Amino acid sequence: MENLQSLLHGFTIAITVPHLTLMVIGVLLGILVGVLPGLGAPNGVSLLLPLTFGMQPVSAIILLSSMYWGALFGGSVTSILFNIPGEPSSVATTFDGYPMARDGRPTTALATAFGSAAFGALVGVILITFLASWVAQVALAFGPPEYFAVYFLAFASFVGMGGAAPIKTVVALAIGFAIAAIGIDTVSGSVRLTMGIDELVKGVSFVVAVMGLFGIGELLIAVEEEFQARAVSSRVDWREVFRALGRLPQHGIALLRSAAIGCWMGITPGGPTAASFMSYGIAKRFSRNGARFGTGEAEGIVAPETADHAAGTSALLPMLSLGIPGSATAAVMMGGLMIWGLNPGPMLFVDQKDFVWGLIASMYVGNIVAVALVLLTVPVFAALMRIPFAVIAPLIVIICVVGAYSVSNSYLDVVLMLGFGVVGYLFKKLHYPLAPLVLAIVIGDKAEDAFRQAMLMSKGSLGIFFANRLVTTLVLAGMALLLLPLALQVVRLLRKPDEAADEKVRII
Amino acid sequence: MKITSKLLLSTTAFMLAGALPATAAWQPQKPIEFVATAGPGGGTDNLARAVQSIVTKYKLTDQPIVVVNKGGGSGAEGYVYGKASAGDPYKVIFGTSNAWQQPLVSKVAFNYTDLTPIAAMAQDEFLLWVKQDAPYKTAGDFLKAAAATEFKMGGAQSKDTDEVLTRMIEKAARVKFTYIPFKSGAEAAVQLAGGHIDAHVNNPSESLGQWRGSTQRPLCAFSPKRLPQGPKVTTSEGWSDVPTCVEQGLAISQYEQPRTVWLPGKVSPEQAAFYVDLLKKVQATPEWKDYIEKTSQVDTFLTGAALDNFIKQDLEHVKQVAGEQGWLVK
Repeated sequence: MENLQSLLHGFTIAITVPHLTLMVIGVLLGILVGVLPGLGAPNGVSLLLPLTFGMQPVSAIILLSSMYWGALFGGSVTSILFNIPGEPSSVATTFDGYPMARDGRPTTALATAFGSAAFGALVGVILITFLASWVAQVALAFGPPEYFAVYFLAFASFVGMGGAAPIKTVVALAIGFAIAAIGIDTVSGSVRLTMGIDELVKGVSFVVAVMGLFGIGELLIAVEEEFQARAVSSRVDWREVFRALGRLPQHGIALLRSAAIGCWMGITPGGPTAASFMSYGIAKRFSRNGARFGTGEAEGIVAPETADHAAGTSALLPMLSLGIPGSATAAVMMGGLMIWGLNPGPMLFVDQKDFVWGLIASMYVGNIVAVALVLLTVPVFAALMRIPFAVIAPLIVIICVVGAYSVSNSYLDVVLMLGFGVVGYLFKKLHYPLAPLVLAIVIGDKAEDAFRQAMLMSKGSLGIFFANRLVTTLVLAGMALLLLPLALQVVRLLRKPDEAADEKVRII
Repeated sequence: MKITSKLLLSTTAFMLAGALPATAAWQPQKPIEFVATAGPGGGTDNLARAVQSIVTKYKLTDQPIVVVNKGGGSGAEGYVYGKASAGDPYKVIFGTSNAWQQPLVSKVAFNYTDLTPIAAMAQDEFLLWVKQDAPYKTAGDFLKAAAATEFKMGGAQSKDTDEVLTRMIEKAARVKFTYIPFKSGAEAAVQLAGGHIDAHVNNPSESLGQWRGSTQRPLCAFSPKRLPQGPKVTTSEGWSDVPTCVEQGLAISQYEQPRTVWLPGKVSPEQAAFYVDLLKKVQATPEWKDYIEKTSQVDTFLTGAALDNFIKQDLEHVKQVAGEQGWLVK
């Protein structure tokens, strides 16, 4: 109850005209940087940071966190409309969002995405409000073996996820791991796989890879299939926005499960990207419509979006209470906190009550502002789909090229991005799955670091992954997810010997 | 000696700022790029942005300044970029001592000699930290326990400042640690709070929040004198209450990490002089003092021959440690 009282006090700080104005400005700027690929939330927040130095800390954090909400929403827009994820965490949204938009239902796709995102964020904030002190302790239990187990769980929920042959999934994962290994290795400090290109020491930026794989790759396919009539004759219909929102409760289980996954990954801190992938993988496995995932299924949008926002929101909690940023944006904000003279850590909740609860209250209000603003933009964005392909295709190329360049002002990134475009095209043509490749690029190096740190700690014994209840549970859950499809196939094999030959080919 | 030189330097800096406006012959004619060799939110990034905001606030130059982050490869990305921009006086690279340390231990495609040193602006101190509820009261207790079992020591990156210091402690105290490299000092701090490692050698700002929040505490500072008195960190203690490591029988009297500023190679002396002057003016402002205090760093300003000397000494030292550990790249 004490928390509730503090929260009400927080609302008196958050709901004032200057703070509401800051929220609207922050959200609008956020939507802008979210929509522009290559200019994600971390960059946007760091660009805005110097402007906040003269502000009250609570006003400054309200501005920055509102921008964060806006960017999280905006990131989904390009994923759905053009198959170009504006944010790493909205990659999984492309899997069903883009097919649905191409199918002539961009309004439905956008509204579903925003609606479920808002739900995820709400669950995240409620969690922060009531469980702040408990949750803060959970993150502390995570050492290198536990981190590895969480990443392992994310991978396991994806491998053998149906669709592609398992062996192709493994190949895609392996290529992703190799790409993630490029650059300086944290554990040995040596330079790996730069192939004589000096600049590659920085590693391959995720945004560059994704823009090529998805944006350019999809474009090449579309050009080949001669999509002249690609302009979708969707009537922009306001009522459809509300109808789509009204249909959300049908996906109640998916919403709750995804929110739970998101909160868990945000706190632990696996981060929003891993959360959205994992949530999508699990939804596909357990949904009644699982087989139709990837063709424009609403639940395939609900799952990653809810988890993404739940994780994005709850990622702020470990930052405030422990000084561990759960996401890149949280890391930038933490830098801001220190510059404003606040020290993130357990004492923040004691010393700076106004700041903390003002921020938490602003999360409620800020998300409402963000959802309202972003829903207003749906018709505008959906209308973009009516532009003929001949016009939109060059635009996509320009967006991808500018986006890749702006990641770190480097021509090499543009070349890499185009190269990834070809890879994406080949993957599609040869029916290799892109999702495991992307997942391995994003969390492959983190998983590797965690594994090797754990090995250093245990002097090479794998026993460290079964050393306590937490890590054992995580590892066993991962193994169960990994073996489940195999077990199901074996069962089917035993029941229907006729299909045995056919099934065997798939397993091998 | 350091305190006096610091005082002298800041007074000279102040006089320069007040008495000699615009003596530099060269003035920038287009926007200036500050390259932070760290990701957004890191210590080097904070420095670049602090300088940017001070220069902008006091209008120390007419040209706009943009900060870009090139922190890939433990900062190598930024230095390689600086090397590739030879002759371009509009790229200012903000880094640390890894500008000369990194090329020693990994095959990166730059060396500090490819860049023009401008200044070292602030020094980060190092402390030995343990978990709040650890049984050791002093560094002596800690080392005695370390001699009995092999402790896990965490730190930022591999073969970088943190590991060099860890190996120095090993040698000075005749103990053996397992060093676990993490991505950053902040990560190591969290791992210590969770009890996954036994100690680390973080900078003050990297563990300030944890000390205040009673999840970890410093045993000693690797500094010849106690750290300057600032506001209290916990209810009873501040930085100046932390004993030096030498006081506690750990014979490492000085170890610090300078924040360094560079121009690309092949720029003219006038261009370099402009930036030296600019940074001196920045250092004379109250905002700079504020930044130094908030990040718990030591104010310093090395340039010209003094900076060259410092680099040479540090390089010799690191080369020795790296050689003993077999880290040197051929």
